Amino acid sequence: MNNAKIKNPKPKNYNPIICTPYTVWSIIFIIVPLFMVAYYAFTDKTGAFTFDNIAELPRYAKTFGISLVYSVEATIICLIIAYPLAYFMSNMKAGPKRMLSMLIMLPMWMNFLIRTYSWITILARTGIINTLLEKIGIGPLKLINTPGAIILGMVYNFLPYMVLPIYTAMLKLDHSLLEAADDLGASPFMRLRKVILPLSMPGVISGITMVFVPCVSTFYISQKLGGGKTMLIGDVIEMQFQSAYNYNLGAAISLILMVLILISLAVMNHFADKDDEEGGLIV
Amino acid sequence: MKKTAFILVALFLILTLTLCGCKEEPKRGVGVDVDIDLSEDEAAIEYEGEYTKELAGTTINVFNWGEYIPDGTEGSLDINKEFTKLTGIKVNYTTYESNEAMYSKLKGGGVSYDIIIPSDYMIDRMKKENMLQPINTASLSNYKYIDKRYKNLYFDEQNSYSVPYCVGMVGLIYNTSVVKERPTSWGVMWDEKYKDNILNFNNPRDAFAVSQLLLGYNLNSSDRSQWDAAAEKLKEQKSILQSYVMDEIYQKMEDGEAAIAPYYAGDFLLMQENNPDLDFVYPKEGVNIFVDSICIPKSSKNYKAAMMYINFLLEPEIALEVAEYVMYASPHTHVMNNDDYTLKGNEYLYPNEENYPKVQYFKDIDESIRSYYERLWEDVKLY
Repeated sequence: MNNAKIKNPKPKNYNPIICTPYTVWSIIFIIVPLFMVAYYAFTDKTGAFTFDNIAELPRYAKTFGISLVYSVEATIICLIIAYPLAYFMSNMKAGPKRMLSMLIMLPMWMNFLIRTYSWITILARTGIINTLLEKIGIGPLKLINTPGAIILGMVYNFLPYMVLPIYTAMLKLDHSLLEAADDLGASPFMRLRKVILPLSMPGVISGITMVFVPCVSTFYISQKLGGGKTMLIGDVIEMQFQSAYNYNLGAAISLILMVLILISLAVMNHFADKDDEEGGLIV
Repeated sequence: MKKTAFILVALFLILTLTLCGCKEEPKRGVGVDVDIDLSEDEAAIEYEGEYTKELAGTTINVFNWGEYIPDGTEGSLDINKEFTKLTGIKVNYTTYESNEAMYSKLKGGGVSYDIIIPSDYMIDRMKKENMLQPINTASLSNYKYIDKRYKNLYFDEQNSYSVPYCVGMVGLIYNTSVVKERPTSWGVMWDEKYKDNILNFNNPRDAFAVSQLLLGYNLNSSDRSQWDAAAEKLKEQKSILQSYVMDEIYQKMEDGEAAIAPYYAGDFLLMQENNPDLDFVYPKEGVNIFVDSICIPKSSKNYKAAMMYINFLLEPEIALEVAEYVMYASPHTHVMNNDDYTLKGNEYLYPNEENYPKVQYFKDIDESIRSYYERLWEDVKLY
């Protein structure tokens, strides 16, 4: 969120000793596990080197596709909701502003699993929405166990991660630039397109990443709101570890998923970087 | 502004903390009352076996399924506490969620348990892998109460490794307000009429079992074409299926969200308490049965105390408490015939001879077949 303007990666008072705790942490809990994933992905159950796990992957091509499509949809919906919200929020007075950002953060204080689970009671056939609809003579509609429910779950859970980075970027917006645009005769739309949008781009990119990545790897949402009938790639990975006990295949799928995520982020950063030297804040 | 908010939050925290503190106090008082009640209860129980204090001060490690022993909640008797009172042996009680989880923990080594309660097929596997200690059932004075139906079962033909604890059968739970005619076959789970009203297990072995039973196959078949056919059947079902579930089944059946689901008779009784429209049937094609039995693993370091614990669990009064709490069928003859047993002769738990379904056990299945059906299951779930 606040990594937008780090121009000097090594500040003068850089001190390796201060960084030691985190370095140790990231080696043990990030670097080593990554190597373990790679190791499992290229070995079989006996530990011998093999490409078999990777060769299995085309079997899951369609699932990869479904996951990508759902995540892109969820990310776009998040962006459409979050961008105007963040814009208006950044222009509010201090009081309501704090109130609103509180309301956005509040759901994040509650566990993600519980929030998803509560959607079941809202969307179920005997749930809140359908009970109301039936009272006015519509329905019951099939809301739960549909792709729509899965995307809704993603949007609901990850929306704050889109709002907050954009909001932070908007706050940093230099108001004299907006005034200059007005003075020079730009229409409000022109001002949005030429000034606000480019300047808030780092926030947008960061928001997209923070929504897209968890969406594409989620498994709980699809199981609870999709009825276990639509499998996402996260579900397939979870299944390998939890029930099929095929760690090697699970690791291979995870590895490819990571590569795919990296590629899509790189592509996105490439476009964002073109005319904005302040981009490139992710990865 | 910020300061006031901070003070408010701090005040709130202090308030809740003090309130919690207040609540804590009277609770302790109540605890004392309960203790007195318990000791009165204890006086009422007469134990048939002999329990000495010779092993007092030692500990046994009991590893059991979650919610599988009365623990003093909901007015039940705290079995482990009773045992400690009687023998002075401390019970270190931990739980697991599946046979496989228990197995991998023991297989991994570095742990020592004195009592475990696995299911039939897992006992078979652990016995083959030399992970269990023999149990001389003749030396257990209460073993005579075990119903002969549950002796000499395939996983322990000589009754030398396990003592039955609970028994359950999978049947079909249905909502009578939706399914008007009492179903007799698993085929109802493929009936288009009930589209989006049907649930199935979200694990391969149980889901395949439903389809295998319908097709008249052996649940432990080593014939791959039978597994293929069962998988096809599941794929066929998918378009009318509402969802694959495990624990959510309680909520979904109780709320009327779904109308047909396969599950265990004991769990059905719990669901029926909350939704009287539910009924249960054992389909004619047969059902899957499980017997969870008490075993002593090789890693046990307190064998004698473990034997004492097993005999204690077989005490008529204790077994009755277990049967009331767990709500699965009891293999204990004294419990089955006890007039105080609220589930005595329950038609679902203890079907009489003429209604007794054809039963099939899960058996430890060959690794190559297991990975084969896991793959088929993936196919079923993927598309």
